[in-house]
Amino acid sequence: MYVAVKGGEAAIAASLHLLDEVRRGDPAVRELAVAQIREQLALAVDRVMAEGSLYDPELAALALKQARGDAIEATFLLRAYRTTLPRFGYSEPVDTERMQVGRRISAIFKDLPGGQVLGATFDYTQRLLDFGLLADEREPAPQPVAAVAGEKAETGVAPALQQLVAEGLVEPAVPSAGDPEPEDITRTPPAYPMNRATRLQMLARADEGWVLGLAYSTQRGYANTHPFAGEIRAGRVPLELVPDELGFAVEIGEIELTECQMVNQFVGSAVAPPQFTRGYGLVFGEGERKAMAMSLADRVLRADEFGEEVTSPAQLQEFALSHGDNVEASGFVQHLKLPHYVDFEAEMQTVRALRQRHREAEE
Amino acid sequence: MNAATAGYNFAYLDERTKRMIRRALLKAVAVPGCQVPFGSREMPLAYGWGTGGIQVTAAVIGAGDVLKVIDQGSDDTTNAVNIRRFFARVTGVRTTERTREATLIQTRHRIPEVPLTEQQVIVYQVPQPEPLYKLEPRRSAATRLHAWREYGVMNVKLYEDIARWGRIDSAYDHPVLVNGRYVMAPSPIPSFDNPKMHRMPALQLFGAGREKRLYAVPPYTDVKSLDFEDHPFKVEPQGHACALCGSTDTWLDEVLQDGGARMWTCSDTDFCRERREEKQP
Repeated sequence: MYVAVKGGEAAIAASLHLLDEVRRGDPAVRELAVAQIREQLALAVDRVMAEGSLYDPELAALALKQARGDAIEATFLLRAYRTTLPRFGYSEPVDTERMQVGRRISAIFKDLPGGQVLGATFDYTQRLLDFGLLADEREPAPQPVAAVAGEKAETGVAPALQQLVAEGLVEPAVPSAGDPEPEDITRTPPAYPMNRATRLQMLARADEGWVLGLAYSTQRGYANTHPFAGEIRAGRVPLELVPDELGFAVEIGEIELTECQMVNQFVGSAVAPPQFTRGYGLVFGEGERKAMAMSLADRVLRADEFGEEVTSPAQLQEFALSHGDNVEASGFVQHLKLPHYVDFEAEMQTVRALRQRHREAEE
Repeated sequence: MNAATAGYNFAYLDERTKRMIRRALLKAVAVPGCQVPFGSREMPLAYGWGTGGIQVTAAVIGAGDVLKVIDQGSDDTTNAVNIRRFFARVTGVRTTERTREATLIQTRHRIPEVPLTEQQVIVYQVPQPEPLYKLEPRRSAATRLHAWREYGVMNVKLYEDIARWGRIDSAYDHPVLVNGRYVMAPSPIPSFDNPKMHRMPALQLFGAGREKRLYAVPPYTDVKSLDFEDHPFKVEPQGHACALCGSTDTWLDEVLQDGGARMWTCSDTDFCRERREEKQP
């Protein structure tokens, strides 16, 4: 006879043990060090930092190791750690003009003032598998190009759009009219309609795939932004904090960021002459795809500001923003694995009663 | 507490976060059935798996509490086990499977069969706190409907159910009117459990972590399942008896057996145990 199943506890313990085993894989293969992940899978680390909204390459690499390489699980681990950290204070806004640019490109200038810096990019690789990498050890890495040429990363590179802003052709990069001091989305639950600073926070840690899809939809006619890549820059920027007891800014370190200034659809009115508008993207680490996608999403979400007709999902704040958090989405989609047999039984009772009625009606 | 949890505060959350949650709970108790936004934290449990419930439990649990955790009425379902282990680890409080012994009960999808008392608090895990979400997915608009007490869309939905099916089709999470004011989602408990919420002596707290909302029903508050005069809400018996304790007035799980046979057993495993023990001399 059936007796209520016991042993959930033992099953969980066994599953945890098994998880440890599969994480390690074949013990004959050397174990992966966290430092190797941090150095050699740096883009995965950057993505986990961006979506985990915690800048810590070491812990992000650890999370990736523990999560068996699953980016969303690693993000979840990092978020669950982040939530326990005390809040010392809020940094000063970072000034990306002070960035040591490792990469800086623009698509709208033939001759970009300050120069284009390609940096390390996949863009011009031919996507041929490099079978040489199959070998475990290779000869020492080639001398860094910059070191060979005796160059250093540049700092204090003026924004590419500066001249166009001075001429009034492009809107200045300032907070949108009426936007209050930004709220911390991890402390204040989001409320809609949401101001731009808060929307940008939501997008900055939203799932890259989701934001990419939103952005792509705007390029295929679901809303429209006429985008041009005004400037993309990536590199290290200093982070400053004003401690209460000092009252002046102290540099507490550097973080690596990728920023995208997208130049978009011009607007004008009876009172204001036409000018190009902007979409903005900023992410932790090297995240060019995400920063560009974010800037497109940001621009379409400014529909209210420019009196544009809202016709597409990417323009709907609640739709576009509240479904982009992959830790929330992954948890809720996967909660369907939890037992639902009580609800299902209740539903079966309803369907049985309805079928009974149906039978009676037919007879 | 053991070494692994040495770096964590009692009940995992820091005291300031607990205070923030308690403040939101006080507001929720003061306005029964009204959803109160709160600064939901990221918990070491996946969203949709009880993050709201565990934040509420963490905010109200004290060293003297005795905790019971159930899922589908059972203490032994994996997620209930996991949440119970979590609190045992981060608080060191005594846990129990016995409803009568517990001072704090966290639940998913059921209300225990034993009537709860003034000495007890029940915490519901809520996946979707907004009862209107299928009718008005924009939370900004739904909030206005609540503020205006404009529940016409819900009445139309229930009416359409009756017109189409001859009955209201919500077998679980059947919406309730709390204290004559707010329409509230009772969480996905079977409609069978709805009447237990009405004038319950225990404090009922609801936590939705992913949606960042809390709400509450204070003791002895009216909770009315939505219905119509000519189609009153009623609990329909399942028409079976528990194969273990013989109960016919509890919610039963349907268990398929090898060979296609079926049996019904109490979903509330502790209640079933109690009945069986009573019968044995």
